Amino acid sequence: MIHIDKLVKQFDGQDILRGVDATFEQGKTNLIIGQSGSGKTVLLKCIVGLHPIDGGAIYYDEVCFSSLDNSSRRGMRRDMGMIFQGGALFDSQTVEENVKFPLDLFSSQSEAEKRERVQFCLNRVNLNGAGRLYPSEISGGMIKRAAIARAIVLNPKYLFCDEPNSGLDPKTSVVIDGLIAEITAEYNMTTIINTHDMNSVRRIGDTIIFIYQGNKLWQGTKEEIGRSDNRELNDYIFAAEVK
Amino acid sequence: MNRVFGLVGRYMILMARVFSRPEKARIYVRRTLFEMQGLGVNSIGLTFIISIFIGAVTSLQMFTYLRGAGAIIPPHLIAFATREVLVLEFSSTVVALILAGKVGSSIASEIGTMRITEQIDALEVMGVNSAGYLILPKLIATVIFFPMLAVISIVVGVFGGYAVSIFVGLMPADIYIEGLRYHFDVFSVSYSLIKMSIFAFLITSVSAFYGYYAKDNSLEVGRASTQAVVVSSVLVLVFDLILTQLLLL
Ligand SMILES: Nc1ncnc2c1ncn2[C@@H]1O[C@H](COP(=O)(O)OP(=O)(O)O)[C@@H](O)[C@H]1O
Ligand SMILES: [Mg+2]
Repeated sequence: MIHIDKLVKQFDGQDILRGVDATFEQGKTNLIIGQSGSGKTVLLKCIVGLHPIDGGAIYYDEVCFSSLDNSSRRGMRRDMGMIFQGGALFDSQTVEENVKFPLDLFSSQSEAEKRERVQFCLNRVNLNGAGRLYPSEISGGMIKRAAIARAIVLNPKYLFCDEPNSGLDPKTSVVIDGLIAEITAEYNMTTIINTHDMNSVRRIGDTIIFIYQGNKLWQGTKEEIGRSDNRELNDYIFAAEVK
Repeated sequence: MNRVFGLVGRYMILMARVFSRPEKARIYVRRTLFEMQGLGVNSIGLTFIISIFIGAVTSLQMFTYLRGAGAIIPPHLIAFATREVLVLEFSSTVVALILAGKVGSSIASEIGTMRITEQIDALEVMGVNSAGYLILPKLIATVIFFPMLAVISIVVGVFGGYAVSIFVGLMPADIYIEGLRYHFDVFSVSYSLIKMSIFAFLITSVSAFYGYYAKDNSLEVGRASTQAVVVSSVLVLVFDLILTQLLLL
């Protein structure tokens, strides 16, 4: 479980997040939705510690992550996996090397064990054939799958995904959503996903928070979202459906 | 002025991070060898070409102008002058300026692209000190390899002068060689190599700095790499002056 409490983030004196509260549950796919520019990416990067925060607190289970210093945070990073919007695979490395990278840094396994683990993760995301290829040689959907493999290779407890479906066709989006949901359940991870895709919301929105101009205006589940009486949320859903 | 202090401050902070505790030494060794290939070995060709031409042209110019001025100059001094030009200034400073263009822009755009495609964020989330991981191997590789490029430049440049002298018939080979050995001060070579490793540090760290703090779009990556080249070139010239004062006077 991850909990955030009155999270405030400013850039250049301007409020980007204005006191966001939320609880992201273990074993579930927790969605952060909102239109582009609403602050989803900033929120996710605050939670993982890529942006320093200007107020509030972040808890990983019992640990107050936001009050830890850098070296104690580093110890927790083995338990965190993140999938970035564009995949963020290292261009100079093959898919296989990308997935192996966290193992090389943090695991004391033998070379053979590492290779086996990499193969297992690539299998898990259906990428067995592509290990030797470079990121520039594979499709957008494959890049996302490779990024998932890299994110889960150390068996993290927490998984973060920033717009996993951006730039993908609807069919591939279904595959990626399904994969993330399955993996979350399989390893009982706490997964947080940023998205503006209403189809994803309907498919995998175990819990949902709606961010509007840096405020959380609504929270609920995929079953409840159709019955919300929040005007901004309904406008947002309407716009997304029309599109 | 405030902006300059701000920049220098951020540069210092970045350098402190570059030199803080590395994660796994073995990975750094591998990356350093990789960078030596990319930043050093791949610059040998360029160094070779410019040096052989500059060496040849310098010998020709010395010959033509010294004679034109009516000076009665023993021909071996032409070889001597060519050697001095290469050792003292060309093979370190001018070669460094050219490498600032080639290597500096490639470092800035590589790291800048990693910034805007969130590869640097990906490293940080994993708990990797991204500044150290990305920049330290490049620094070590260039600080070691650029002086070798200076040596290559001196040797090739001198050969260019030799070849043109023989070919055009300025002087016989043994006179040229006599000139090369004339009044040779080993320290001038050390001076050249010391300069070159400091230039390597400047070019690499400044270019990495501009790439590392590139803002969020591809226009900015282009701008960062231009700035990297301009700023590191100017710094090379400024430090050329300072180091010459310190080392030669
Ligand atoms: N590093 C930054 N510096 C300044 N402003 C930023 C930075 N990152 C994001 N912002 C601003 O924060 C707001 C929210 O951005 P973001 O979280 O990326 O939105 P999205 O919901 O589309 O992911 C935007 O107005 C953006 O301009
Ligand atoms: Mg975003």
